[in-house]
Amino acid sequence: MSAGSRAVVVRADGVAQRFGSRTIYQNVSFTVAEKEVFVILGGSGCGKSTLMKQLIGLIAPSMGSIEVLGHDMLRERESVLPHIGVMFQSGALFGSMTLLENVMLPLEIYTGLQPAARESVARTKLGLVGLAASASLLPAEISGGMAKRAGIARAMALDPPLLFLDEPGAGLDPITSAGLDALILELRDALGVTFIVVTHELASIMAIADRCIMLDRDAGGLIAEGRPERLKAESTNPVVHAFFHREVL
Amino acid sequence: MHEISILGRASITRPTAFVGDAPAVRARTTPARTGETATVAPTERADRLALVFAGRLDAAGAGLLWTPALKAASGAKGRPLLFDLSGVSLCDTAGATLLVAAENAHGSRAELEGANEAMAALIARVREALQEPAQAKAASERLRLIPLLLSGFATAANGIAFLGEAAVAIILAPRRLRMLRPVDIFGTADQAGVRAMPLVLLLGFLIGLILAFQSAIPLRTFGAVIFVANLVAIGLFRELGPLLAAVILAGRTASAFAAEIGTMKVNEEVDALSTMGLDPMTMLVLPRLCAAVLVMPMLTIGLELAGLVGMAVVLKLFGYPLAAVVAQVQGATTIGDFAGGLFKALCFAAVVAAIGCNRGLATGRGPRAVGISATSAVVGGIVATILLDGLFALVFYRLGL
Repeated sequence: MSAGSRAVVVRADGVAQRFGSRTIYQNVSFTVAEKEVFVILGGSGCGKSTLMKQLIGLIAPSMGSIEVLGHDMLRERESVLPHIGVMFQSGALFGSMTLLENVMLPLEIYTGLQPAARESVARTKLGLVGLAASASLLPAEISGGMAKRAGIARAMALDPPLLFLDEPGAGLDPITSAGLDALILELRDALGVTFIVVTHELASIMAIADRCIMLDRDAGGLIAEGRPERLKAESTNPVVHAFFHREVL
Repeated sequence: MHEISILGRASITRPTAFVGDAPAVRARTTPARTGETATVAPTERADRLALVFAGRLDAAGAGLLWTPALKAASGAKGRPLLFDLSGVSLCDTAGATLLVAAENAHGSRAELEGANEAMAALIARVREALQEPAQAKAASERLRLIPLLLSGFATAANGIAFLGEAAVAIILAPRRLRMLRPVDIFGTADQAGVRAMPLVLLLGFLIGLILAFQSAIPLRTFGAVIFVANLVAIGLFRELGPLLAAVILAGRTASAFAAEIGTMKVNEEVDALSTMGLDPMTMLVLPRLCAAVLVMPMLTIGLELAGLVGMAVVLKLFGYPLAAVVAQVQGATTIGDFAGGLFKALCFAAVVAAIGCNRGLATGRGPRAVGISATSAVVGGIVATILLDGLFALVFYRLGL
């Protein structure tokens, strides 16, 4: 899928993150085009999740700027939030609410839908992720894979054009993880959603990523950007090569 | 032709989903894009009812059109239904849900007109997604009713099982001394006893003060204010001291026991203990029971002494010297009153701590379960204390104590 002709939905320009005197990464720049599955990858501790938190406005970058859907995330975060969906690593479902209530919550806050309409829309979302029969269950009563799918359903509640997924396959068995990958591609194709996925699961990256960037802790920033197949075949960077070929450095 | 035009602008506008004839436009500034008016117009077309939709069928548009669209569709039952979507500029899953809900209200599938391929695919996907839930919901409600009816029996059975397991753990404790870590017992005793002492002293002092003052006012009429000392001292030693100390233990310590053990249960730490061959009753429950029983006499005595001080302050204000108050207390109370109260307090402590630990071990899954366990530990502890106190009152009366 060529990204060249499509509109840019996320633009990061010279982003850096520092905690005290420690620099996690710096000078990170990239763009994400609409309807793209864009993967942020890298080893543990390289700052993948921190970068995602910056993209969704939970952490202000120490330097640089981030633009999401044409809005500066530092100054106009509030106007962007209803237009993005985020699935956190654990699903982050509200334990006191059923899956249906979890998905209905953003609809209740951001739309004027009547309760019956809200419920129908929420059931649709749960149906899209294959959880229609589990709508009345509490998060404590479902498996990790189901919690992640419910997290995606809640993130999709308002039909955002942009979804952020933090480690969707972490802690899941390969079959469930592959099911989530298929779901991401299906939602991208059926609903035209743009995905920004943080992961270090190689199989998942190869299955879903249109394009990816790789962060490295030692380099303190971006070490690669491009299509995963090309990075795997052509990258001369030893860390990128080791990552894609599961080698010891 | 009857037309319902719904005026209103989408409060949420976003660059998403499917556009009638053209590919979706997703401009960078789209969150600020102005919404269009969503309308639905029921139109007669030969023998069919056509619902002509126009504008943006997103969450805001669907919300506005929900009632009129469903009403029009259900009014056309028995006749073919058609959705004319040629005027729709955007349809996301909320809009597709509206169309499927209108179909359901009508009772049969509608024919689509003017829908592009992507829009038709989305509607088909939403039809599929909305097929299962009704059956699942009914089954789930039935499933919830049964545990509700049996929960009382389950709680009782759980309590009996816990008592049995605790008794076995106590009997086997000498053989499992390595599992009983002194640091657990003394750490818990510090939390439940030493750190609770300021609260106990304050509460005891205020209770003594208030009780003495409230009693002194009517007794002054009969010139019997000095007997306030008898009333407060006997009341504190026999009843209020142990009872209030147990209530504090339930509110402050039993809830903490339930939350601590409950969190361990949620984090699978209790399972980890079991898989290492370590008995959770010995490792987790016995130290807490020991600590609670150990600190309870101290708390009770502290509360009683503070109560006596509060009472002495009031009597001093009424003009009685401290020596007269002390002599009155000594004359009115016996060592039996004091010891009986302490015995009750020890029993209360064991019951309250056991309920706290039991609730913790019975914790379900998820963070909400920990809160439920802590609450039920407090409620259970206080109710059990009062019931036990009533039982003691009966037994003491029959024994002439």
